[in-house]
Amino acid sequence: MSVAMLVFIACGVIAVLGAIGLILAREPVHSALSLVLVMVALAVLYLLLGAAFIAAIQILVYAGAIMVLFVFVIMLLNAGVEVRTNLSRMARWLGIPLAIVFLVEMAYSLVHEYGQRAAAAGAVAGPVAASTHDLSVKLFTEFVLPFELTSILILIAILGALVLAKKEA
Amino acid sequence: MDFVTQHPVLVVSIIKIAIALFVIMTALAYLTWFERKVVARIQSRWGPYWVGPHGLLQPLADGIKFLFKEDIVPPTADKVTYLLAPFLALALALTTLALIPIGPASIQVLGQATQLVISHSPVGLILLFAISSMGVYGVALAGWSSNSKYPLLGGLRSSAQMISYEVSLTLSVVGVLLLAGSFDFYDIVGHQAGHWVHFFPRWEIIPQFLGFICYLTAAIAETNRVPFDLPEAETELVAGFHTEYSSFKFAMFFMAEYANMITVSCLATLLFLGGWLSPFPPPEAGSAWHWQLYLPAAGLIIGGIALIIGGLRSVQWNAKAVFPVLGIVCIGVGYLCTWASVMPVIQGPFWFLGKVFLLLFFYVWARGTLPRFRYDQLMAFGWKFLLPLSLINLVATGLVVVLRMRS
Repeated sequence: MSVAMLVFIACGVIAVLGAIGLILAREPVHSALSLVLVMVALAVLYLLLGAAFIAAIQILVYAGAIMVLFVFVIMLLNAGVEVRTNLSRMARWLGIPLAIVFLVEMAYSLVHEYGQRAAAAGAVAGPVAASTHDLSVKLFTEFVLPFELTSILILIAILGALVLAKKEA
Repeated sequence: MDFVTQHPVLVVSIIKIAIALFVIMTALAYLTWFERKVVARIQSRWGPYWVGPHGLLQPLADGIKFLFKEDIVPPTADKVTYLLAPFLALALALTTLALIPIGPASIQVLGQATQLVISHSPVGLILLFAISSMGVYGVALAGWSSNSKYPLLGGLRSSAQMISYEVSLTLSVVGVLLLAGSFDFYDIVGHQAGHWVHFFPRWEIIPQFLGFICYLTAAIAETNRVPFDLPEAETELVAGFHTEYSSFKFAMFFMAEYANMITVSCLATLLFLGGWLSPFPPPEAGSAWHWQLYLPAAGLIIGGIALIIGGLRSVQWNAKAVFPVLGIVCIGVGYLCTWASVMPVIQGPFWFLGKVFLLLFFYVWARGTLPRFRYDQLMAFGWKFLLPLSLINLVATGLVVVLRMRS
């Protein structure tokens, strides 16, 4: 087993544990921290795939900016411990079947995909070292429309926040 | 030896990490000594004086004191987060230093040629920002998990401050990135090589002076230091986010703060001050600038002689004994630096560490001179002055780069 494989398994386990912790933790700050753990584990997985830039941005944006704001807001509002309601009727009758369907679907597609990959022996592409330059060229030529639309979306969100904040004052 | 031959990179990395950790820990300890001495000098005091000659063993005494103090955990604290916060702060602060190269030369370790950096990444700069952006957690969680009024206020203040100033910090660096066209520290420094009119070094501080000012200001705020040390303002918040921390956990926050100071100084050196490049024209053989190769040795030998004379003239008996020995060691190391095999390797680290030291002095100087901001002033300064300034710098630099590409 190679070192990369070991790191992959470790990060996968950490990511799943973090996700479980996110749902099960009753303290909102603990949930937020679990989510940070998931983000960091994902960033390491990106690193393993040779996408160092994406990995760095993943940590910088998600773990370093968005989640910090989450934690900040939780602290500011001093949100208390969550009250646990045993599964609501909606969760019991709709949620559990849907979750099972989703898991089966995912397992099937994984197994199916893996079978096909194994059939096309050796066709598995190794990690591609995508340089930042290649990435930015793609971003500003092929994907320029979604990229600009995203920035407009964020601009709208900022304006919305400003309007709401003005109303309070 | 079998393991060494099988995993050369791993073993060499571990050796480098061990050496770097030792050096950084010592540097952190003596940075506190340096700061106390310089601030004392500014305020016409002596500073630490009695533990060892001129208080040289004070950091060691402080460390031992912290280790033996009772470790009090507040009963209402959120245990896991409370214990996690100082580790997070220190670990993240030390990790960023792994990405900082200190010289261009490669050295031989166990028959492996290796660079003077622990981890060389093509996206080094952005990776460094990513890791340091996580540093907020240490402070915020410490404030929250203590479950006490002052730490919570300190934690909230520092989160708000660090989030605000991180924007300016990152934007002020983008100008350098646009000019250098790379996230790799080696490329960024390489882009600053050469001289204008054969004399002025092509360091980014000249075209990016605005960016440098923004960076320096935002960096002081990022590291929570005077005049931006609102998170731990003693007069208002006892000790801010680490009020409830005692013993070595308290020391860890302090070490993290000093490690962050070193990191931002290293970053400023790499980005704006030409990293390990000498300010003088290249010292080719026969050139009039050849003498600069002997500067590290000369500095050490002069320092050693000064130590010997100062020690012999001192009134403290322990200074009389210790300083001459230190001086002789300095002269020995200085002589070592004139060897043909050592001299080219030592040049990069010499200039790099020299510039970092100047910046650290600037930090301490600022602390000894400036009063603290008021909280609303701090926020207004960050958002209404620093951010627009760094944006103007960014737009202007972008314009110049585009125009240059056109022509």
